[in-house]
Amino acid sequence: MPALSRDQMAWRAAQDIHDGAYVNLGIGVPVLVANYIPADREVMLQSENGIVGIGPVATENTLDPDFVDAGGQRITLQAGASLTDSAGAFAMIIGGHLDVTMLGAFQVAPNGDFANWDARLPNKGPLVGGAMDLATGAREVRVIMAHTTKQGEPRLVERCSYPLTAPAAVTKIYTDIAVVEVTPDGFVARERLEGVSADELREKTGAPIDIAPDCATLTAPDL
Amino acid sequence: MIDKRVASIAEAVADIGDGARIMLSGFQHIGVANALIRAITESGIKDLTIISNGAGHHGSSQADLMETGRVTRLICSSARGRGKDSTPFEKLYHSGKIELELVPQGTLAERIRAGGAGIPAFYTATGASTDLAADKEKRRFNGRDCVLETALTADFALLRADRGDRWGNLTYRGTQANFGPVMATAAKVTIAEVRQVVADGEIDPHHVRTPGIYVDRMVTVPEEG
Repeated sequence: MPALSRDQMAWRAAQDIHDGAYVNLGIGVPVLVANYIPADREVMLQSENGIVGIGPVATENTLDPDFVDAGGQRITLQAGASLTDSAGAFAMIIGGHLDVTMLGAFQVAPNGDFANWDARLPNKGPLVGGAMDLATGAREVRVIMAHTTKQGEPRLVERCSYPLTAPAAVTKIYTDIAVVEVTPDGFVARERLEGVSADELREKTGAPIDIAPDCATLTAPDL
Repeated sequence: MIDKRVASIAEAVADIGDGARIMLSGFQHIGVANALIRAITESGIKDLTIISNGAGHHGSSQADLMETGRVTRLICSSARGRGKDSTPFEKLYHSGKIELELVPQGTLAERIRAGGAGIPAFYTATGASTDLAADKEKRRFNGRDCVLETALTADFALLRADRGDRWGNLTYRGTQANFGPVMATAAKVTIAEVRQVVADGEIDPHHVRTPGIYVDRMVTVPEEG
């Protein structure tokens, strides 16, 4: 099976969101998770601009110009939604009221340190947004990212070389070739793609990684 | 009699001058006081400090304000504009012509909230052990590293709301509130542009999200341009 697409990574991450969860999805691949939450689970998606209960992306018929999500996308509300302001939204985030946040990242280290806010782009500005608040306040921080950079450099690394978003925060990583838990003993692969050998996974990971004895096959539907 | 209504945008911003410290509400393109921001852009005032969530995407009223080069300091959480091309802020930033204080968004909201509530400083775990907290006082609470953050206040807050009455009571729609309610509390002078000013008694007190005590002036701008 080829490496998972962005949508397939989002699909896989969505399968682990429990019924009744309050979840914040970061911009980029994490927001795609909203499309793949299993139908038998009621999940409330929170957004830092003051929404609990984001619904589907707005269509021509459902568009209300006063509603956007954190990425600026026109959205609707789901049943049971509520609205607040930025301070209220961050009280939810920092106060530990979110069950899970799913974020993108440049790098994650075996102790859960991660970096996702300053790409040091030469002609662009830095963007921290709500990343540090989410990383510090959510009960669980899960990361969705490609296993390596486009140049093939590992993103699971011994120590983050980019500026940290938060120390010891990440518990689980969904990549295009594996599902990795961040444990007190470091990285443990729980699933890996068919055709990706243990050696190949180790080679593409920039820090020691244990392959769980019951390491399952990572699969996702065609999307 | 209390009446916060003013007749024109020009009148609403007439006393904002050089060196002013100004809060701008808005998240993405929603809840932005575009008409008021354009008025200060056109007025030629300089040496401004802007406090806002973002630095302005291409084509936004805030990007146009940055382009004048008259903003000397920006306090925000998002200083990166959409797309590959540099925004006006990013050009100034990389040529050293503007000072940036980057603040985690929740810390930004809380610093403004604290400013409006008379709380000079507070501790938060956000940002601890990161570069953004390098120069800040640290202390442990409940086993967690925290950093000391100070309140933010301003001379003016420019915000966008949905409806207002002559007492300055404001309502918001959708995600329009964002930073408006806290900024309204933290500025010496709060100026709101509202979609509609309504007759006395039309806003149910239950629905007021910014009580008029925080609002100094209000101007009708039907479309969020």
